[in-house]
Order: sequence, then structure tokens, then C-alpha cells
Amino acid sequence: MKITCNGETREIIQNTTLVDFIRQMEIKPDTVVAECDGRIIKRDEYDTLVLQEGNVLELIRFVGGG
Amino acid sequence: MLKIADRTFRSRLFLGTGKFSSADTLKKAIQASGSEMITVALRRVDLNDPADDIMNVLDREKYLFLPNTSGARDAKEAVRLAKLARAAGSGNWLKLEVTPDPRTLLPDPIETLKATEQLVKEGFIVLPYINADPILALRLQDAGAAAVMPLGAPIGTNLGLITKFQVEIIIEQARVPVVVDAGLGAPSHAALAMEIGADAVLVNTAISVAGDPVKMAAAFAMAVEAGRAAYEAGLGRKSSEASASSPLSGLDFIKNV
Repeated sequence: MKITCNGETREIIQNTTLVDFIRQMEIKPDTVVAECDGRIIKRDEYDTLVLQEGNVLELIRFVGGG
Repeated sequence: MLKIADRTFRSRLFLGTGKFSSADTLKKAIQASGSEMITVALRRVDLNDPADDIMNVLDREKYLFLPNTSGARDAKEAVRLAKLARAAGSGNWLKLEVTPDPRTLLPDPIETLKATEQLVKEGFIVLPYINADPILALRLQDAGAAAVMPLGAPIGTNLGLITKFQVEIIIEQARVPVVVDAGLGAPSHAALAMEIGADAVLVNTAISVAGDPVKMAAAFAMAVEAGRAAYEAGLGRKSSEASASSPLSGLDFIKNV
């Protein structure tokens, strides 16, 4: 099934949790904040949130800025 | 010592972390600046370069991280970014920035006030970036802003304190700290802001794009200290007429009698 992450379409298998997906992207889960369909996902939900077809996911982190 | 909300700061120089050529240069520039408050922005993770993480090089214990809402075009977007920043673990501190016009990056006063009111209610410590508007500064202070951050000149322009007249009024009226933010392009600009009584300055571009950013960070640190010391010492009054520094009497011996 398909989800959108940071504007790009990604294919994932059924029952992929948020933390699985973040790791598949080779990102350390503790370095990002996640928003799914406009809702901020708390860190302790990363392991239990199962991604659904059509979810729009944003993975955000701090970058240099003024 | 500078106090904003419940935190005290020895250094009155705040540093932005954008546009540095490398993480190593950034780290050294922060050290050279002596700054204790560091601004950061929030952006999408680059899925093609997932290991690129500024927090790898910055010590959260040592510095207060002030996330900004850069990129927000209205209050709604700014509030969304603020909540993401808090969820990312930066605490409640926030540099509120609402800049709808990409050409000037001038802040929207109405949306900034709206967002301040909402974010203060939600427990954020809000430092709004504003045009140098004394009335707006008062309104934000009344809305609960922890400091106000008037611009010296538009972001990244290095034009200096072209808003000096208005910033002086803001300082005179303020009950919260005044941090001159944006446009300061040289240490002398920062010194001037401090001499007229600004509580702190926030500098980014002038340091990050300098030939030697580490040396420039040190130069700004000295300028900020000098400017603050001059303000505390009390500047002499300006006059349009000359006033001799040397005694006017005792010159009879050179005069033709």
C-alpha cells in the first residue's frame, strides 16, 4: 500500500508501524518529530501507530536557521 | 545579567545557525561567540540524506535552543510549527516569525500578534520577530511576549541598524527585554544597538557568511560587550556646537600682548 512521506509516495507493507517506517528510511527515530494527517505523533506512539493506506506523513527535524 | 522569562544569560549575543559552510565551522563559531542562546529552524527531513542532523553537533545541555517559525506565512502556520518544535523536544521557547512576503521577509504584524496571543495561552515563551514598530512592541508585551525582537534591517541584508530611531522608542517603552534581530552586518552595528540600550542582539548571516566565521563570531562578541559596557557607562550628550576638551584658560603666554 501507499503512503506519502515528506511529499513523496512510498510503498509499504501492511502492518508497518511508524517506527518501522522511520527506520526503513534509515532515520534514527529520536531525531525526528512526526506528523500524520496533520496530527503530531508523540514519541511513545511511534511503536504502536500502524500506518494506513493514504496516510500523509511529515518527518521534521531541526536544521540551521536564524 | 540578562534575564528573559526565567532564564539568565551571561552573553548578550544570540546566534543563528543558518548558512554555515560546515557543521565544524558552526560548532567553532558558537564557541567563539560565547552565545548561550542558539536559534534553529524546522524543516522536512531530507529522505536522500537522512543522517544530516544539526543536533549531532550541538550540545543541548550547554545552549538554550530557540526554534524559529521561519517559513510560516500566517498565524496558523506559525502555531503549527511551534507545536512541532515543542514535540521535537525543544521546550517552550520560541522565536515567532511570520513572514508572508518572500522578497522582503518583513514580518506580518497582525498575524504575529494573533499567534503570540494563542501561543502564550498554550504555555510558550514567545519572542516575536517584528518590524521596529513601537506600538506593536507594546501590544505584544501586553499579550505576554517574553521579549520583543525588532529588526535592524531585513533578514540577511547586512544593512545595519537602519531602524535606530524606532528601536530607541521601543527600548524606552519596553518592560520586556529588547533583542535587535536581523540585518546587523558588522560588529559596529551590534555595538550601536547595544549602546542605545538593546538588551541583546541576534546575529546569523553576518557571521555565517564571513570569510572567517569563527573570527567574526569573536568580533561580534567583543562588540556586544563593548556596546553594553558603553551603555552602562552612560554616553555623553550630543551637541551641534563644539566644546573644547582642553582648558580655555592659561593661554596668555602664546597670545600677542
